[in-house]
Amino acid sequence: MRHSVTTRTRTSTVAGIAALALVILGLFLPAFATRSLIQDLFFILTMLTLAQLWNLIAGYGGMVSVGQQAFVGIGAYAMFAGVILWGWDPVPAILLGGAAAVLLAIPMAFFAFRLQGAYFAIGTWVIAEVTRLSVAQWKTLGGGTGTSLPREATANIMGVKAIAELFGVRDAAARDILAYRLALALAVGTMAAIYALLRARTGLALAAVRDNDNAARSVGVDARRIRWLVFLSAAAMTGLVGALIYVQTARVSPDAAFSVTSWTAYVIFIAVIGGMGRLEGPIVGVLVFWALQTAFADYGSWYLLALGILAILTMLFAPRGVWGLIHDRTGLALFPVQRRLVTDVSLT
Amino acid sequence: MIWLDVLVQGILLGGLYALFAAGLSLVFGIMRLVNLAHGDLIVLAAFVILLIVATTGLDPFLAALIAAGWLLQRLVLNRVLGRDILPPLLVTFGLSVALQNGMLEAFSADSRRLRVGALESASIGFGPVTVGTLPLLTFASAVVAIFVLNRIFYTTALGRAFRAVSDDPTTASLMGLNPRSVFAIATGLAMVIVTLAALYLGMRSNFDPSIGPARLLYAFQAVIIGGLGSLWGTLAGGAIIGVAQTLGAQINPEWQILAGHIAFLVVLLIRPRGLFPRAVD
Amino acid sequence: MALLSTHALTAQYGQFKALFGVDLHIDPGECVAIIGANGAGKTTLMRAITGVLKNAPEMIRLGGEPIGALPPDRILQRGIAMVPEGRKLFPSLTVEENLLIGGQVRRGSGRWSLDDIYRLFPILKDRRHSPGTALSGGQQQMVAIGRALMSNPELLLCDEISLGLAPVVIRDIYAALPAIRATGAAVILVEQDITRALSVADRVYCMMEGRVTLTAPAGQVTREAIHAAYFGAAA
Repeated sequence: MRHSVTTRTRTSTVAGIAALALVILGLFLPAFATRSLIQDLFFILTMLTLAQLWNLIAGYGGMVSVGQQAFVGIGAYAMFAGVILWGWDPVPAILLGGAAAVLLAIPMAFFAFRLQGAYFAIGTWVIAEVTRLSVAQWKTLGGGTGTSLPREATANIMGVKAIAELFGVRDAAARDILAYRLALALAVGTMAAIYALLRARTGLALAAVRDNDNAARSVGVDARRIRWLVFLSAAAMTGLVGALIYVQTARVSPDAAFSVTSWTAYVIFIAVIGGMGRLEGPIVGVLVFWALQTAFADYGSWYLLALGILAILTMLFAPRGVWGLIHDRTGLALFPVQRRLVTDVSLT
Repeated sequence: MIWLDVLVQGILLGGLYALFAAGLSLVFGIMRLVNLAHGDLIVLAAFVILLIVATTGLDPFLAALIAAGWLLQRLVLNRVLGRDILPPLLVTFGLSVALQNGMLEAFSADSRRLRVGALESASIGFGPVTVGTLPLLTFASAVVAIFVLNRIFYTTALGRAFRAVSDDPTTASLMGLNPRSVFAIATGLAMVIVTLAALYLGMRSNFDPSIGPARLLYAFQAVIIGGLGSLWGTLAGGAIIGVAQTLGAQINPEWQILAGHIAFLVVLLIRPRGLFPRAVD
Repeated sequence: MALLSTHALTAQYGQFKALFGVDLHIDPGECVAIIGANGAGKTTLMRAITGVLKNAPEMIRLGGEPIGALPPDRILQRGIAMVPEGRKLFPSLTVEENLLIGGQVRRGSGRWSLDDIYRLFPILKDRRHSPGTALSGGQQQMVAIGRALMSNPELLLCDEISLGLAPVVIRDIYAALPAIRATGAAVILVEQDITRALSVADRVYCMMEGRVTLTAPAGQVTREAIHAAYFGAAA
């Protein structure tokens, strides 16, 4: 008999194939989708990616950051700097966003990793505020009021012409399609990377560090290294998403790009409502968020009030979120990370 | 002389931040509860006071606010308190966003102010330094509030219960205390301080539904600088933030808030548990 | 009628079952010792009686009334006070404040006042303004006992009060027992020190692996019977 440890189940194989099909469908969706659907999907995909990343550091890694807006903001501003100051094309300038986020994340982690629990949360938030206030001093990028991408930069984004010809649409719509495809790539890439990380040994180590730092260290898990790895990778990806969001928006201001409400609170609600510590959670959560936003679109900020209350109710009555409820009822896990011992009897 | 003036104005500003922070310090010290909606509750209280000014009849409103704090603890926060700090953090974050948007719908995004006539611009001269009467009154209120809270905390049966439940809720329940009830009373008490803080917030500056999170940060910084569980430390923490902000503003008006945050980070870097941490923790 | 009785009492921590149908009773004014090895379920039994662990109401009765599902603070109000294992003084409170916390919920017209406690343990009066945790182990144990007495209990539960203390200190603490019993309170002593327990108790229960394996009047029990009940019949 041979024993092996696997995380794969029949459901996960089916889910994997379905996910692949969805991604391929997603790539060609612009051929027949309306422009507003593409814009909605861009919003859903970017929020989904942010929620997955927060879920990674908080839900899996136990680092409850309230400062993720720092990476969105610095990513956006680095991209703007690349375009406005150095004349880069906005699309490659997105990479500057990821790099800048890592550069910010290094001192932030150095500082915040000394803190625990609530102090960590507040510490990361204050650093994000410091970053916002510092960026607001950057007069060449508009200071406190912000700035827009110059028309000549947005008019000639690489790939837009090709997309416009391929789908037979105007440039503005082609820009949306390009942003949507990049968002799709980031979302898929982020989720695939997180899933791979969790299924690898690192995933177990991460869970061990979250549950008991000292105990994990005593069995040889390098807690520090794993924390750094996860925090910096999440920061890099968050920076890329931030830059991409502001390529699409084409206008940036410190208050918007570093908004704790938009880029951390809503993101946390998405993860919480969907179900923390699960890859499926944010997917469900972002759909709930989008549905609320669409349903209450005509009633001002009521949907945000509803979102806050929904997050409270979720924590009170279903702390493992909507996906947790589904999982408890049906045992369904699309992306299982739990190890199972499989005995192969055919080899005896 | 200008630096003496900056120092005095800064310390007085710190009185306001200590008022923001005292209720938070109480709740955080007793139950390790991170109430991210604390700033929004202050703003809410300011709006409620504004309503009172329009309609009069103070007592019922104050009572209602205390009752609201008590209910908040009983119905919501007690359910998520535990070893894990994440659930209460997320619940109060939800509350924060709900409150901000609820106030936005109820009171609009307009800036408001509690008008108190001549008191707004009154000032008193102390030798070379002239201080505003209102900032002085704020600071005095902070000192009195913290003095009273300390008396409650260290000399009354209620304070004994607060400390016992904070040390060890299970053993406290074996002594006949119900930790959940004690927590609810603490949050009710914190709301009294929140109301006082809201009064000065509304009299000293404009406020609108969105300014809560910033007040929360100042308050939390004061608590953390002072050291968990030390109310006088919270006052000192408020003064440090106040002086740093005033100093920053003196150099460049745009640096006011930034200077406060940086002072906080520096203190935290040197003393991760604050200046006056409680011995047992 | 028995003061306190348990009826097929079970308890578990998650998957782990710690008590398997425990039946015991104690009469008013009686002193009962519960002995057993580590892990026999003695402390779990105390946690169940005091309401720290939730049970079905009928599993524990006080004066005939079901109390199994009441929370700890309500159990105390009904007259069962606890000296927890490890003393568990409140570090932020002084000696006197620790005692006062115990008296916060007082029953009846006080059998025990602060002065009575200081008369029982005179050393505590000198140290009354010290933090509870600044005292020696034996003195801390005295505070823990005094704190429980301050509620004027009809039943005092003492969980391992001699644990980790020097023999001479244990003797001092046990010397307080007659005064406690003189108020009419019943006492349950959870002890590892069998000789000590048998010398003061009226009756003894021995527990092993979550079950009661022996019940006998303390004067009539043999070393062999205890040995068998403590380690299993085969030993």
